[in-house]
Amino acid sequence: MNLLYLPWLEMAIAVAMAGAPAISLLRDPNRAYRWGLAFTGLKFSCAFLAWLAFALGVPAEEAARRSVQPYMFGRTLFALDELSAPLVPAVALLHFLTVLATARTTRRRFSFSYSLATGAIRLATFSCTEPWVLIALLAAATVPPYVELLNRGRPTRVYALHMAVFVALLVAGWWLVETAGRPESPTATAWWVTVPLLAAILVRCGTVPAHCWVTDWFEHASFGIAMLYVTPLSGVYAAVRLVLPIAPDWVLRGIGLVSLTTAVYAAGMATIQREVRRCYAHLFLSHAALVLVGLELHTELSMTASLCLWFSVILSLGGFGLTLRAVEARFGRLSLTDYHGLYEHAPTLAVCFLLTGLASVGFPGTIGFISTELLVDSAVEASPYVGFGVVAASALNGIAVLRAYFLLFTGARHVSTVSLRIGARERAAVLTLSALILGGGLFPQPGVDSRRRAAEEILLDRAERPLRDAHVRLRDRPLAPPLDGAPGRVPFE
Amino acid sequence: MPDYHQILTFLGMVVVAGPLLLTAVLGVSSLLDWKLSEEATSRMVHAAVTSGLLAAFVILASMLNLGTRHITIDLGNWVVIPHHYHFSVKFIFDRLSVPFAILSFVLSGTIGAFATKYMHRERGFNRFFSLYAIFVLGMIVTSVAGTIETLFAGWELVGLSSALLVAFFQERAAPARNGLWVWVIYRVSDAALLLAAVAMHHLRGEGDFDQLLGAGDWPYEYSAIAPHQALVVGLLLLVAAAGKSALVPFSGWLPRAMEGPTPSSAVFYGALSVHLGAFLLLRVGPLLERSAWLCAAVVAIGLATSVLAYLAGSVQTDIKSALSYASLSQVGLIVAEVGIGLRYVALVHLLGHACLRTLQFVRAPTLLQDYRALENAIGGRLPRADTPWGRLAPRQHHHAWLYRLGLERGYLDSLLRDYAVVPFVRVFRWCDALERAWTDLLSGEASRESDQVKPHFGSIEEFS
Repeated sequence: MNLLYLPWLEMAIAVAMAGAPAISLLRDPNRAYRWGLAFTGLKFSCAFLAWLAFALGVPAEEAARRSVQPYMFGRTLFALDELSAPLVPAVALLHFLTVLATARTTRRRFSFSYSLATGAIRLATFSCTEPWVLIALLAAATVPPYVELLNRGRPTRVYALHMAVFVALLVAGWWLVETAGRPESPTATAWWVTVPLLAAILVRCGTVPAHCWVTDWFEHASFGIAMLYVTPLSGVYAAVRLVLPIAPDWVLRGIGLVSLTTAVYAAGMATIQREVRRCYAHLFLSHAALVLVGLELHTELSMTASLCLWFSVILSLGGFGLTLRAVEARFGRLSLTDYHGLYEHAPTLAVCFLLTGLASVGFPGTIGFISTELLVDSAVEASPYVGFGVVAASALNGIAVLRAYFLLFTGARHVSTVSLRIGARERAAVLTLSALILGGGLFPQPGVDSRRRAAEEILLDRAERPLRDAHVRLRDRPLAPPLDGAPGRVPFE
Repeated sequence: MPDYHQILTFLGMVVVAGPLLLTAVLGVSSLLDWKLSEEATSRMVHAAVTSGLLAAFVILASMLNLGTRHITIDLGNWVVIPHHYHFSVKFIFDRLSVPFAILSFVLSGTIGAFATKYMHRERGFNRFFSLYAIFVLGMIVTSVAGTIETLFAGWELVGLSSALLVAFFQERAAPARNGLWVWVIYRVSDAALLLAAVAMHHLRGEGDFDQLLGAGDWPYEYSAIAPHQALVVGLLLLVAAAGKSALVPFSGWLPRAMEGPTPSSAVFYGALSVHLGAFLLLRVGPLLERSAWLCAAVVAIGLATSVLAYLAGSVQTDIKSALSYASLSQVGLIVAEVGIGLRYVALVHLLGHACLRTLQFVRAPTLLQDYRALENAIGGRLPRADTPWGRLAPRQHHHAWLYRLGLERGYLDSLLRDYAVVPFVRVFRWCDALERAWTDLLSGEASRESDQVKPHFGSIEEFS
């Protein structure tokens, strides 16, 4: 039997689900770290093999034959497709590297069991296409962060309010879609049907004015947990699966406009922040909005650009976050009001900071370059104003990254009697991401091809939905009695 | 037996590969925190620049010998989305790119050799040369770029390395502040170039200069683009060039760039980087010619820069700033020449000026020493001859404003700060305050832990 025929995706989810309760029993942070590392490593390996099987064209039936899903749910709920195939291992890798790079000083604060629990939910979310199951998973994913805030004794109201609104709108939105009946085509969808769903997505993605929960979350959560919760862009996944197939064009244009405003606004906010985490949170918001801009233009080029940018954001902002986390582990939370002079203490962190930060804004030679190029190209094609907005957001993000670099790593050097250089595990984590960022930047074609196929699939789904729904309606319609001896209507089969 | 084109393709690859390999080696060693010895770094710099320079010279000799005026090296599509997009990597060697590439190699090589001595035992020796390698790569890619997208990639590399080199002496806040200012201007310039690139791509379906600028060899191409389209794209390119070459209204960054070490000031802001905008305008010359308004704008900006730089340079009190403004006044003239259509004149002016200015910058520190020695020897100040312009200039009191205009560097920095940066910051700080009020209201308490973060982290030992 081929090793790749095994249901690796389920195993990845199962490993994470088994690991979370097991680690929660451990009281010693170092033991929890070791076990957490083992479980997340195993989870990533399984996720990687699942992607490998998909990429090598192993028939899905082979994994389905060995799957336990039909026994548990009666059908296959979790499977990879063109969209999710690279996202699942990327998210698993980010989880693994975050755990790997957890410094001794922060192990007590970082919850390994919650990390595994959210990891399991995230993998399940990203491999699910069933609307109600997806909604349930998105709702479930909001719980561990709330518990994290409670455990840390931090204010929860901003987060809880936004997430309650998100879940309520999501459930109500899809219920409306179901009860109003699937429209014949996206253009025939009534506006009031999609509004709650849209609002839910905008809240989850942190679109202005419903974005404050993201900055508040970064204020109060531990950096690693905060980063892992937002960086995979689950809200964008929900938008692709739930909104894009049914939303009329004008609704998508509306989302695009709001997202573009958010992208520019958040980028502008990132340039004036006085503290590192808030700067990071705004950079993230800007990038999430840029991904949405590309999706809402819904052309093949813009979708490809957007999906490329999504993948790039996971790696580059993930790496950027890990670097900031490593800096925080040494120096505590850092303000952006003074020059800290950290370069001489941690030169590798400084280089990684620049590399990952510039990758996120699309610097040449990095993974973000081609996605930014594609996004600007498709945006200008849609409208010169949209193109200008995207370029402005990108330019402001670049300014924010270099401003943060100068404030953190330049300035008067402080003498330390202990070494503050990057540790071996942190180095492995940031160098892995750096290698992916540079590799994806120098050889972007395979990634672009994969994202183009995913974009085609999504657009095909949007275009064919009316046909499929018509097919279902005709099939389910009762047969009309024959008139005047004419033959009865044959069910569409 | 390889044919003529294969040999030239190989040589063209060497031109780009030398700086690329140098960047890769120095970049990876920085990333891995490997300390290369000064000698090893110097040798690599020497090898990369020499190989590239020799290859460029052989290409030039072949072109002159065979009468070839235009060689294209097409490396194929780097990224392609069928029917929608392609990003081709193409290098062109013509009468503009080859001299500029040779100039880049000659001056970079000279400064590289100078810097190995100048930066000897400096703490940031490896950092300097990593940035230097990125800069050289950016210059070469920009020089020989055959597509606007490739040019943009090189352009960004030059921008980043320049900003980081301005902030090279990073233990003081002023260089970092100036580095950020330079980066902000460069980002504006990059944004304009990116928009121009995309606009050109849409107008012609691809970003190749051959397609954009029409048939013919430089400088005799003829673009078929409509005048109104040329005006829009050309204005974007003019903004990009103005940012990179410190033309009006972005001139304020040039003296700030002198915070960096002398070798970087010499090669980047005195010789190469500051000419990149003029090079861009030379490259897209046929586009400029399609619109009289555009040409007029180029000439006006060039002349305004030249006059302003002359006034500001006349009242500078330190040699590097005086030289930087002298450089800028010439760059303004070169840009005006491009606008008039004197492309060969502009190219020769550019090449000569870059060499002269590099020499002056490199000589500047020792010149001061020599002056001091001379003055000590004669026991007084050296006699100072008035310039012809100085003799002609009226000395009445009411012309003090002219002096002040020069001293304040045309108020350009103040204008940008007061009418662009300060309102921008105020608006977003106001939004930030609104966000704070909103989250405080929702939380029912003070919601920002970040407010408790001290401006400085205090003793490092507390956190280690």
